[in-house]
Amino acid sequence: MGEQILNQLIWPVIYILCITIPVILAVAMFVYWERKVIGWMHVRMGPNKIGPLGLLQAFADVVKLLIKEVILPTNANKFLYYLAPMLALVPALAAWAVIPFNDKLVLSNANAGLLYLLAMTSLGVYGIILAGWASNSRYALLGAMRSAAQVISYELAMGLCLVCVLVLAGSLNLTDIVHAQAGSKGILDWFWLPLLPVFVVYFISGVAETNRAPFDVAEGESEIVAGFHVEYSGSAFAIFFLAEYANMILVSFLASILFLGGWLSPFPVTWGFIGHASFFWLFIKAFMFAFMFLWFRATFPRYRYDQIMRLGWKVFIPIAIVWVLVAGCMKFYGIAGA
Amino acid sequence: MKRIFNYFNSLLLAELFKGMALTMRYMFSPKYTMRYPMEHIPKSNRFRGLHALRRYANGEERCIACKLCEAVCPALAITIDSAPRESDGQRRTTRYDIDLFKCIFCGFCEESCPVDSIVETSIHEYHFEHRGENVVTKPQLLAIGDRFEADIAAARAQDAAYR
Repeated sequence: MGEQILNQLIWPVIYILCITIPVILAVAMFVYWERKVIGWMHVRMGPNKIGPLGLLQAFADVVKLLIKEVILPTNANKFLYYLAPMLALVPALAAWAVIPFNDKLVLSNANAGLLYLLAMTSLGVYGIILAGWASNSRYALLGAMRSAAQVISYELAMGLCLVCVLVLAGSLNLTDIVHAQAGSKGILDWFWLPLLPVFVVYFISGVAETNRAPFDVAEGESEIVAGFHVEYSGSAFAIFFLAEYANMILVSFLASILFLGGWLSPFPVTWGFIGHASFFWLFIKAFMFAFMFLWFRATFPRYRYDQIMRLGWKVFIPIAIVWVLVAGCMKFYGIAGA
Repeated sequence: MKRIFNYFNSLLLAELFKGMALTMRYMFSPKYTMRYPMEHIPKSNRFRGLHALRRYANGEERCIACKLCEAVCPALAITIDSAPRESDGQRRTTRYDIDLFKCIFCGFCEESCPVDSIVETSIHEYHFEHRGENVVTKPQLLAIGDRFEADIAAARAQDAAYR
């Protein structure tokens, strides 16, 4: 009996903590890194006062947010108002369950891992809509509406991109998808090459899906102040922040797993340590994508809302549909895929 | 033909990559930030900051209460009262107030002074904690002059050739 409880209750909780706590710490350091990188690109220095090189800045911000009051607006729906941040955060963290860090290290080696991921990333939008509606504010409602429409339209393009990966890999299991990319040609065997247009579409859709610049009309500081989380303060705001950044890191990991061969090394095995498939390769690739998020934010002005919709429906979805056919042909004639 | 070219140009994200290359270049360029309390921008010896009243080397105050500064002040920030000094009957100020809220730091007072008494120092970091402290009085101005006499004299000496 005791052993059963240990196996079914204690160990899973410990495993979950082993993933969520590093994710949360990664979010803290990612916020710091974002401010640093954007500062450098603006020819500023970024935070450099708290701790060596400003490294503790993120933790100071967390403490500040946690000791602030959570204000409940008049006539807000109290239950939904407090539920919304949790609904945003839970899917963002739950999605990490199926991310494989190397060929053994995965919390849940689910066969329908990719499907689960799609479900989880879509669920996040409920938190945003509820937050916008429950705050009883026009700006928040507008932000929520924009965000909902945007996430739904980009989900289609993203889903079609994943279909291409599915066709080539022949599996929904993320570990198997990475295995399908292993081959003698190293970097040329990974799916980014046969699926290059889809790879670009996927990552840009990922940026739109996480409501990041240049697709951050849901926040749109210049016209709707901060969109769906305009009424949130203190720890409730911190949770939205955490969810957004956790989603960004998740999209970075997914892009590296699906298109850049996950933990596989770009160098031949004979090169010793750097030639071996490991954990660190996945981190390096994911870090590269995470950096792209910041790079985009520092470079591009915000899209107009109708331009976002046009890009999603008239450009990305047609490209993705065409490439589903191309991927099917490549698979059928044995040009690419396992 | 041009439309086709433009179509592929936008599809291949050419301009976006150009923009990203630009921001990447700036990321590694030297930063303009001045870490203010630790670093300071160099100041000219003609910098016009907080005022001071100077003394001669023998300790005698320079001001002879001619009131030229009061007359020339465009913001009417200077108020002077004068009377014969009790010890030797010399004409001296009994009151010399500068309202720093009115002052526009034009430097006319310094230029009009025939005895180089009122000067503007290079001090630009000061604050008031209570209402009324914005009016600096004669003892305060003299104290500033006593404390920074070396700097004031050095700055005047550097600029002397151009006056």
